[in-house]
Amino acid sequence: MSNPNTIGGELVSSSDTSEYITVNIADQLFGISVPKVQDVFMPQQVTRVPLSMPEVAGVLNLRGRIVTVIDMRKRLGLPEREGDVTNMAVGVEYRGESYGLVIDSVGEVLRVRDADLERNPTNLDPRWQAVSIGVQRLDQKLMIILDVDKVLDLTKESKAA
Amino acid sequence: MDDLLREFLTETNESLDVVDVELVKFEQDPNNEDILGNIFRLVHTIKGTCGFLGLPRLESLAHAAETLMGKYRDGSPVTNDGVTVILHSIDRLKEILGGLEESECEPEGDDNDLIGQLANLAVEADGGVVEATQAVAEPEPEVEPEAAIDVADNTERAVMPGEVTLDELERAFQEAEGPELAVPESMQETLQTSEPQDIEAKADDKPAAGDMAKADAGGEAPRKESSIANQSIRVNVDTLENLMTMVSELVLTRNQLMEMVRRMDDSEFKVPLQRLSGVTGELQEAVMKTRMQPIGNAWQKLPRIVRDLSKELDKKIDLEMIGADTELDRQVLDLIKDPLTHMVRNSADHGLETTAERIEAGKGDRGRVTLRAYHEGGHIIIEIADDGRGLDAEKIKAKVLSNGLATESELEGMTESQIFRYIFNAGFSTAAAVTSVSGRGVGMDVVRTNIELIGGSVDLRSTTGKGTTFTIKIPLTLAIVSALIVESCKERFAIPQLAVVELVRAKSDSEHRIEKINDTPVLRLRNRLLPLVFLDELLHSKRTGDSAENAEERIRAHEEAFIVVTRVGEQSFGVVVDSVFDTEEIVVKPAATLLRDISMFSGNTILGDGSVIMIMDPNGIAQTISGELSDTIEAAEESNSQSADESETSLLVFRAGTPEPKAVPLSLVTRLEEFDVKQLENSNGMSLVQYRGRLMPIMHVSEGTPLRSEGRQAVLVFTEDERSVGLAVDEIVDIVTDRLDVELTSEASGILGSAVIRDQATEILDVGHYLTRVFADWFRKPERLLTTASKRLLLVDDSPFFRSMLLPQLSMSGYKVTQAASAEEAWALRDAGEMFDVIISDIEMPGVNGYEFVASLKKDEAWTDTPVIALSAHGTEEDVARGREAGFDDYVAKFDREGLIQVLNEMLVLKGEAA
Repeated sequence: MSNPNTIGGELVSSSDTSEYITVNIADQLFGISVPKVQDVFMPQQVTRVPLSMPEVAGVLNLRGRIVTVIDMRKRLGLPEREGDVTNMAVGVEYRGESYGLVIDSVGEVLRVRDADLERNPTNLDPRWQAVSIGVQRLDQKLMIILDVDKVLDLTKESKAA
Repeated sequence: MDDLLREFLTETNESLDVVDVELVKFEQDPNNEDILGNIFRLVHTIKGTCGFLGLPRLESLAHAAETLMGKYRDGSPVTNDGVTVILHSIDRLKEILGGLEESECEPEGDDNDLIGQLANLAVEADGGVVEATQAVAEPEPEVEPEAAIDVADNTERAVMPGEVTLDELERAFQEAEGPELAVPESMQETLQTSEPQDIEAKADDKPAAGDMAKADAGGEAPRKESSIANQSIRVNVDTLENLMTMVSELVLTRNQLMEMVRRMDDSEFKVPLQRLSGVTGELQEAVMKTRMQPIGNAWQKLPRIVRDLSKELDKKIDLEMIGADTELDRQVLDLIKDPLTHMVRNSADHGLETTAERIEAGKGDRGRVTLRAYHEGGHIIIEIADDGRGLDAEKIKAKVLSNGLATESELEGMTESQIFRYIFNAGFSTAAAVTSVSGRGVGMDVVRTNIELIGGSVDLRSTTGKGTTFTIKIPLTLAIVSALIVESCKERFAIPQLAVVELVRAKSDSEHRIEKINDTPVLRLRNRLLPLVFLDELLHSKRTGDSAENAEERIRAHEEAFIVVTRVGEQSFGVVVDSVFDTEEIVVKPAATLLRDISMFSGNTILGDGSVIMIMDPNGIAQTISGELSDTIEAAEESNSQSADESETSLLVFRAGTPEPKAVPLSLVTRLEEFDVKQLENSNGMSLVQYRGRLMPIMHVSEGTPLRSEGRQAVLVFTEDERSVGLAVDEIVDIVTDRLDVELTSEASGILGSAVIRDQATEILDVGHYLTRVFADWFRKPERLLTTASKRLLLVDDSPFFRSMLLPQLSMSGYKVTQAASAEEAWALRDAGEMFDVIISDIEMPGVNGYEFVASLKKDEAWTDTPVIALSAHGTEEDVARGREAGFDDYVAKFDREGLIQVLNEMLVLKGEAA
């Protein structure tokens, strides 16, 4: 992991940079703002909730708290995970409730320059546009920054559907 | 000790501690307005409360302190002396509180020393302001007079406490018995022993720096802390919630450990673990207990409110409170406080008549509002009853119409209690006239919403002239409910125990087996057909196909299923599950917002093994089953086309002979059977089948149509007194619940008429016709003939269907039946001089309803002795009670033919004996 206060060995002030936890979903790199993330855990004993939206993978007990688990692949309209891969979940809080976003794997904590954040390209899948703040240019690849609030704002869409 | 006093002591002691701390801060930072404001507010509150509780000594001292602080707040320079004296006053207040706690009344004593000092300082402070203003050299003539007025005020106020003290002394003299005669000297001695500083302060009468030192010394002097303040502490509910979660976790861990140790043969852990287990259980109980409070806490303010109302409205009102020590969860208590207050206000304001009206109505002049709380199952029931005028159904109807909440025809079909329930609708003011007290439009709907929010329900009963009773049913605690854990498709769910009536194990070869009518599964339970719903189907609605085979497979798979017989309001149904585990006390946690739209669940919980399961909402299931809301009010709100379900009839729809569907009220059908045609035998031109050890005749609904020659024949079985008749039908179509309006009466025998059921013209079968064809004496039982021969009977019912359904059997039982379609027609018969031995009347009729009809009947001279039997589709206890109150001699459900005949016989026998 790189020193949080340096980018490419260059010291930068924290005011014009942001920290993201990188996660992989179907080989695409996503970033979730660090202050939003409460914990990272392995989802176990997930109870399916019948009649819920397809995005809701179920509920689980995380240290006495009931966490609603969202399948990010379904949320992003991606195909289901193949095989028996153990996946991870990023714990976030939304309107006082605990949610877990199930992703394929967790990467690292990255500090990046805000200047490198670009708006979503207009040709991006509208489903993705709806949940992302923008695209962060990294040296090697592009990281889509997820807006946790929008990811979890499922109620409106479900009613429209 | 009085609860109010105890609460006051706890609260005031807390406040004084804060004032202590704040004052010290203030002394160091005299310009901090926030601190001063805070102190001022606290002292002001103490003063106010003391005045309310009638504690003059505390009040006058607090008042003097407040006056001085008021000066500071207005900008007078703060002096050390001032703060010192205030601190002294606080100490004195604490001392008085201590005495109050011991003896439950204010200890005698004189506070003029401190009050004098405080008043002097206040005057000085005023002077300071004046000086300061003058120093700025801005001649403001108004300042001085103002100040002068202030001073005058102060002196007046300073005198007042002195007067109070004198009064007290006088009282003390009068009451004086013991050696501790409350003369000032002795008081001072008492003071001296406990608080020497105060005496010194009094002795040298200059409130100077010396005092401050003494105040400091006073702080070190041993002082008895208020013991009540120590006995109870305030804890944030969140903290308790947290504690509860932790205890749940602990229970969980304990369970896991127990499981592990159980597998070991001889473990040294066993004994300590057992202790851990015991302690954990006790801990859990104790934590739950911390949340419980007597409901009386929510009632505390009510006597005062009622007293004030009584003054304001000029009514004499008694408030009776029963069961104040009934405990419930603190959280629930907080949530029902306001609705309760509102309802009591309502009862006192609108429920009770004015004194004049009461006397006119022949009641006692004092109105009574009764609050009653008691436990019932896992619920607490709170009743708010008044003995006032009762609700006016007509006024409510008019309002419902003018607000467009329902149409006139819908209202006609409603029972009175359904109409009453409209007062819980939004924007529906219960008051015909808005008074200053209530009826402001934010009324019962808010109450209802608040109560439903915590999983409760509210209902009401009202009798004109006798009063109204509201019944609130709320869970004891939001946190813990007893629930049945069931499994369906390897998934577990919790069903709140409260809704569960019984468990039935269904087996294909036993008495209880799941049968189906078309695709609808049903269970025979004590001669009733219980609609069933498969939990898996309910929850995986997309997966199940629509074909009949699928349903059949499902039934086969569920041949050994468990049926959870559930009851929601008046609706009963069975939920079919794969297995039933156990009853568990579960900690209810609200489901996430994302899942809250699913009406099938009311929340989720963590089980002992750590897994999360969903809690079923019986209301949600009931709604899904009936396809409409069980709550008639909501139904009316959401869709005016939906009629109230109580006025609906369950009908079995089938085809026989003709392609048009036919129907028969489901409640008349005892069983549905399918016989292999090979089982059918012929005898004497009649088809017979061996059924339950007897021969049962079978005839086709469409007479003359031959029975099937091969395969299976569907048969509706009607049973009465061990005798059964089978009616063969071609195909059973469905069971529908619909409003039954027989529109066309038929000439054809065996058909009563036609009705539109599910948008299709359907012939309604005249069951009596068939039954009497097979057994000519079906309704004619020898013992019945004895008593009923040529008795005259009047049948009042607006529905031609029911009249024609009852007519044949009544006539066959030997009654001479006269029909009337309305109360008016009945009166016409009376006026014509007709006399009857017995009258049977419907309850719901357009125009004059059954209650009104019977009430006027009983007043009538000609018919006053004629027994009247109520006939109604509604068979709730409430209806029965209401019916009896109105004057009905008995009450029979509409389809209960057996019951009706029996009641008729009993009644006439009784009448015969009496005569």
